[in-house]
Amino acid sequence: MLLLTCPCCGVTAEETEFTPGGEAHLKRFGPGSSDEEFDAYMFQRKNPRGVHFERWRHAYGCGKWFIAARCTMTLEVFATYPAQTLEPPAEVIEKIRARRPDWEGAQ
Amino acid sequence: MKRYSAFAIAREAFRQHKGWQRAWASPEPRASYDVVIVGAGGHGLATAYYLGKRFGITNVAVIEKGWLGGGNTGRNTTIIRSNYLQDPSAAIYEKSRALYETLSQELNYNIMFSPRGVMMLAQTEHEKRGYLRTERANALQGVETRFIQPSEVKRLVPIINIHGPRYPVLGALWQERAGTARHDAVAWGYARACSAMGMHVIEQCAVTGVEAAGGQVTAVNTTKGTIGCKKLGIVVAGHSGALADMAGFRLPVESVALQALVSEPIKPCMDVVVMANTVHGYMSQSDKGEMVIGGGADGYNNYTQRGSWHHIEETVRALVETFPMISRLKMLRQWGGIVDMTGDRSPIISKTPLEGCFINCGWGTGGFKATPGSGWAMAELMAKGHSPLTDAFTLTRFREGRFIDESVAAGVAH
Repeated sequence: MLLLTCPCCGVTAEETEFTPGGEAHLKRFGPGSSDEEFDAYMFQRKNPRGVHFERWRHAYGCGKWFIAARCTMTLEVFATYPAQTLEPPAEVIEKIRARRPDWEGAQ
Repeated sequence: MKRYSAFAIAREAFRQHKGWQRAWASPEPRASYDVVIVGAGGHGLATAYYLGKRFGITNVAVIEKGWLGGGNTGRNTTIIRSNYLQDPSAAIYEKSRALYETLSQELNYNIMFSPRGVMMLAQTEHEKRGYLRTERANALQGVETRFIQPSEVKRLVPIINIHGPRYPVLGALWQERAGTARHDAVAWGYARACSAMGMHVIEQCAVTGVEAAGGQVTAVNTTKGTIGCKKLGIVVAGHSGALADMAGFRLPVESVALQALVSEPIKPCMDVVVMANTVHGYMSQSDKGEMVIGGGADGYNNYTQRGSWHHIEETVRALVETFPMISRLKMLRQWGGIVDMTGDRSPIISKTPLEGCFINCGWGTGGFKATPGSGWAMAELMAKGHSPLTDAFTLTRFREGRFIDESVAAGVAH
């Protein structure tokens, strides 16, 4: 069972209070983009073994979306931060590096 | 390879069972093979088997990072059925089910196929309409299913409560020739047959990289050295993303945990497989008497091969309403497997951007039932570059908008 802290309301709760929303920080390709770009945005996923940035919604709480940095091998949650963030903040990267020195970094 | 038979048992009985051979050899890898298959689960071994059986390609190695059949092949609920809605799915799953019927004889290995029948309960009006549609689709596809009334459901499954207050049983989609099989035996039987054809099944050999030259695959790097290959088949289920990353492409796949559990063994009480998709739980009774229970997948990316407590609770809570007698059962074991989910919940059996590299993945929550059919089709694709059964399951179908949308067809969150 994951324990997640909602960065919007500050509540720490079990995962049943949240709903997962898939990979975070996807760059949207819409009208005018190539088929390859749209395919990559719409369907292809990193699906890493290790550090994963993903969207969650505090469905049975404040209802807000946020982003969690989590390890898919150990289920360790490194940090959560607001959804209005275009890329992982420096302090989150630092927290992950402290726990995973050989991490390749967010690509 | 000595054949298994009643005579062999009698013969060995007279000499203290000293004449049994190892079912498959454990060779060291050669420098190169015509075909290397990554993943010695059911699908990988079936692919190798049909490459040899149908196309005479026996210079094949099947490499496996753990032990044979130790991934999802040993972690499923052993259900075999083919009552799918979409034509491409019905074709490959029905091929698979048909192959299962004679697999024990073909492999000379008892896979304990038990065509006990699978019933999918309709517990809402919407679901009933959905299954009536599937019944008609199946009739056109040549898959034998029929929609049965609640009274017949009760006759077939006396322990069921068809008058549930929230989810009454309104009928069921019944496939009489569906059933279960012994999952490990499927992998073992294929491995034995592959080994007998001279193929190498190499366990404890993890792939660490894929080598290519001029856009063509040339070798795989493994923990037992570099192994050259002309063709490479990636058949690794939940870890497909990691292998694809090594081969230099991405997949429309996410890996999540799916779990199952078994109860303490009890006397025979249910001789069919029952799936309740509205509440999302399914149950059958194993030959040992355990009730084998499966539920939904977790919603987030996960490689831990563990389940989560609240999903067990959800699944069992749902089933207790339909099967009141299981409320007193103790649960014995629980386990999780990593399943590779595609957006349309249909598999990918396809060429890849890397020439000579083929991938078979995305079976999600329902791969076991497809094992022989998947191997049959994948072998044809790898040998001939084309297979009628795999035409629809290409990697490019997402970009082209040609989904095989079983997720909507099933009407459940897989």
